Amino acid sequence: MAELALGGTSPGQPPETPRAPTVVVDDLHVVYRVYGAGGDKGTAATALMRVVKRQRRPSVREVHAIRGISFVINHGDAVGIIGRNGSGKSTLLQAIAGLLPPEQGCVYTSGQAALLGVNAALLDDLTGERNVVLGCLAMGMTPQETKDRYQSIVDFSGVGNFIDYPMRTYSTGMAQRLRFSIASAKNHEILMIDEALATGDANFRAKSHDRIVQLRGEAGTVFLVAHNLAEIEASCNRVIWLEKGQIMRQGYDVPAIVDAYLEATGGEPRKRDKPAESAHSADD
Amino acid sequence: MLARMRERARDQGGPGTLTDDLAIPEVDPSALGDEPLAELAARYRLRPSAARPGVIAYARQLWDRRHFIVGFATARNVAMYTEARLGQLWQVLTPLLNAAVYYLIFGLILGTSRGVPNFPAFLITGIFIFNFTQRAFITTSRVMPDSLPLIRALPFPRGCLPVGYVLIELEQLAMSMVVLIVIVLATGEPLTWYWLLAIPALALQAVFNIGMGLFLARLGAGADDFSQLLPFLVRTWMYTSGVMFSIQTIKTLAGHPTLTYLLQINPAAVYISLVRNAILQSQRNAWPGSKPYNAANCALYHSATAANAKGSVLELSAYCHGTVTMTGLWLWGIGWAIMALVIGFVFFWQAETRYGRG
Repeated sequence: MAELALGGTSPGQPPETPRAPTVVVDDLHVVYRVYGAGGDKGTAATALMRVVKRQRRPSVREVHAIRGISFVINHGDAVGIIGRNGSGKSTLLQAIAGLLPPEQGCVYTSGQAALLGVNAALLDDLTGERNVVLGCLAMGMTPQETKDRYQSIVDFSGVGNFIDYPMRTYSTGMAQRLRFSIASAKNHEILMIDEALATGDANFRAKSHDRIVQLRGEAGTVFLVAHNLAEIEASCNRVIWLEKGQIMRQGYDVPAIVDAYLEATGGEPRKRDKPAESAHSADD
Repeated sequence: MLARMRERARDQGGPGTLTDDLAIPEVDPSALGDEPLAELAARYRLRPSAARPGVIAYARQLWDRRHFIVGFATARNVAMYTEARLGQLWQVLTPLLNAAVYYLIFGLILGTSRGVPNFPAFLITGIFIFNFTQRAFITTSRVMPDSLPLIRALPFPRGCLPVGYVLIELEQLAMSMVVLIVIVLATGEPLTWYWLLAIPALALQAVFNIGMGLFLARLGAGADDFSQLLPFLVRTWMYTSGVMFSIQTIKTLAGHPTLTYLLQINPAAVYISLVRNAILQSQRNAWPGSKPYNAANCALYHSATAANAKGSVLELSAYCHGTVTMTGLWLWGIGWAIMALVIGFVFFWQAETRYGRG
């Protein structure tokens, strides 16, 4: 059975009973197209030269960001994705969300995956209140559901009186808190968080940690990209280590893989006196 | 295939990553079980994440998000002028100033008013109606790049965005129509039951704009070149759509019946004419071909035009040969709306999964 074979060598939190997969990534390759890369000076003359030369050499460059990844994620997993900058973590999440079409291979999901990215605001020039309402409606809630959930979303985000201000006046942390509150208000089958908690304060990190655990409990699947390894260890039961767009290691033994990652990248080894509280300590 | 991609990536200097010194372990194929992953996914009824729904299902999804679309349009409208001291007053001032500028240039300086009864009302109606289509085109062509944060944050059918942008312009038009009604009444046009015909005419125009908006949104989602070019295309369109002159009676086009016909059936001219005929009695009375042909009356009209006369003598153009009948106008209006909606919708839907990529 696939779900039994996947666990690796894990004293962590292996699946006790076989569970249904929610995300299947089958030999995924993602190739980016980057416009405007290249070394010209950005003047009209060089642009003209480019147009003339284009017949032979296209100025669009391709970046092979994900190079053949396969894994199966089951119901109730919280998956941490670690790796150095540029190793393809965000690209992988975007591909799972269906935002970047695969060049080869396929991603199968049990439902629409919601991706919380690093961009700060949704609709910059609208108030937080409008953003909450529109965000809920966009996710497919009815106006009545939106009204019912509104107060709990605002309370969870903790932005307080700023809810009446345009989102462009928010600090990065406030905007990310509000986004997380909106996106986690609905029970997504698959929720992916890409560094979206990085700028939250300690209090909010504790709250969002609880929320992630709760989402896992509701048989959802959570992906978490973070450079804060303490957060990964506290929230995730499984980890995938990406390197150059390929899987270096993966499995349910989170501390062991995190240690190996730290060793390989020259980081300080983590000290684990009180594993439960480690989410609140500064790291990385 | 794979080797070729790697080679291509290397040749073009596109690195996969910034790191090079860690060796990737070879994947052990047995780690994933014996069952091919595609079959595993099929067994648990998982669907490809980048798959798009069928065209009917997509239309239903859009309909399910109607509250979002309306809320999005209204919120954008409210936010549009918050930075200006005069605030929402600009919703009225912008079309008024537009009308004033065009009246100065075309009514007073260039004299295209020749042969058109009640030219100020004719001109302002044309500008307001064309402005609806113009702004819908320009804004929808930029909607996908402008909404990238929203697209990358939340899953929803992307068609909501261009449709919402057209609704924004529709709400702006509603404001302009209030101004228009006041101006038209002030120029001495009577209030009649015909005015109600403006509502289906504007509804058809809105459908046309939504269809074209979806079309343009996909074109504008790729390279930026298209949205840079579009304003020039739209401006050219305006000058050929009878906004500031009457296509059927202008002297320049006399003797070119085919060209006159083609200009008159172009969507912008159709919707402008429909609204003009609804709310301007002088235009309705003067529509060429709406009365049985009468050579003497038609000649009288032409001599009055030559003498730059004003007033009801210009309505004698109704006795001249027309190119498109009023019924024909409605049929063209319906046809353009349906055609734009179907083509635009399908065209936009085809790229649904590609919006928002890097």
